[in-house]
Amino acid sequence: MRIATAILIFVLVSCKNDVKSKDDLVKLKTEVQQNELEIYDYEGLKPYLNTSSEKTYVVNFWATWCAPCVKELPYFEQLNTDYSDKNVEVILVSLDFPKKYETTLKPYIKDKKIKSKVIALNDTDSNSWIPQISEEWSGAIPATLIYNKDKRQFYERTFTYDELETEVKQFLN
Amino acid sequence: MKTLKTFFACLAVVMLSSFNSTGVGNGYEVGDIATDFNLKNIDGKMVSLANYKDAKGFIVIFTCNTCPYAVAYEDRIVELDKKYASKGYPVIAIMPNNTDVKPGDNMEAMKKRAKEKGFTFPYLMDEGQKIYPQYGATKTPHVYLLQKTKKGNVVKYIGAIDDNYQDADAVKTKYVENAVDALLSGKEIKETETRAIGCTIKV
Repeated sequence: MRIATAILIFVLVSCKNDVKSKDDLVKLKTEVQQNELEIYDYEGLKPYLNTSSEKTYVVNFWATWCAPCVKELPYFEQLNTDYSDKNVEVILVSLDFPKKYETTLKPYIKDKKIKSKVIALNDTDSNSWIPQISEEWSGAIPATLIYNKDKRQFYERTFTYDELETEVKQFLN
Repeated sequence: MKTLKTFFACLAVVMLSSFNSTGVGNGYEVGDIATDFNLKNIDGKMVSLANYKDAKGFIVIFTCNTCPYAVAYEDRIVELDKKYASKGYPVIAIMPNNTDVKPGDNMEAMKKRAKEKGFTFPYLMDEGQKIYPQYGATKTPHVYLLQKTKKGNVVKYIGAIDDNYQDADAVKTKYVENAVDALLSGKEIKETETRAIGCTIKV
């Protein structure tokens, strides 16, 4: 984000004789954001797994190489769009290998025009963090955590859009 | 009457969801007796645990060609077999995926991969996918360490090979090696169950 701001300031300063339209700047900012990938270890991911707000979060654990994950990804994207006005946010936690971030993950996010927030989890000591995310999780992906401040539920399974919607509705009052 | 109906409906939902939600809870736990099998190896021969008269136990690993996590462990699986087969704990690899869903895991592909990587151990096809559900494997790679006893092959450890799937050189704890070493020296296994990210078994 800081880099994005720096680039924006740079663009603003360097373009003072050639003032760009606001739309151009917004577009530029979006491009910068898309090219950046947030990478965390489990400690860094933790804040995304709990909330005190009114929002319901749908956290999907996936990877570009995981066929069933990629198959259900559009449903999560659709959910994020359809339920944005119902205070639901989708977070896609990628378990791609770090060496694939540039060559596979980032191009995938760009090509598929992924709108949901994508976080790359890079923490090899999975035995310590898998049970913290859910005692029920054997470690297989896809896996999904749905939670709000009152309730949380973990799913080691795949979803259709209807199934996903049914689960999320149980979290909305 | 209506209440009763509702009660049973809820009960059904709860029961269904508990079956559905996860692979954990099904399959073997540490201490259970593991089933033997008779599965086809990449050399065309059938392999059973009972064939290994001199073995003290087995490092059974559900693995495949197509999962990046499994691929990341191939060399380490070969090393496990080299280190422990002679000590009585050979590796037995089983490919659990439905090959209609994952043609990259079919018998021809398994043969090719085993040759490329120099597999020194059997690489078996779970034909009909009957064995992995009995063990309770949910992903590849997924290890079951068995110790041969008079009662049968007892499950002594379930889980990951070590604590770093990305980099073999950065591993801090070698779960499987520690477990086999403990069995070989008659000590108690410290960590009997671990978890790691893996690819779901394709059905």
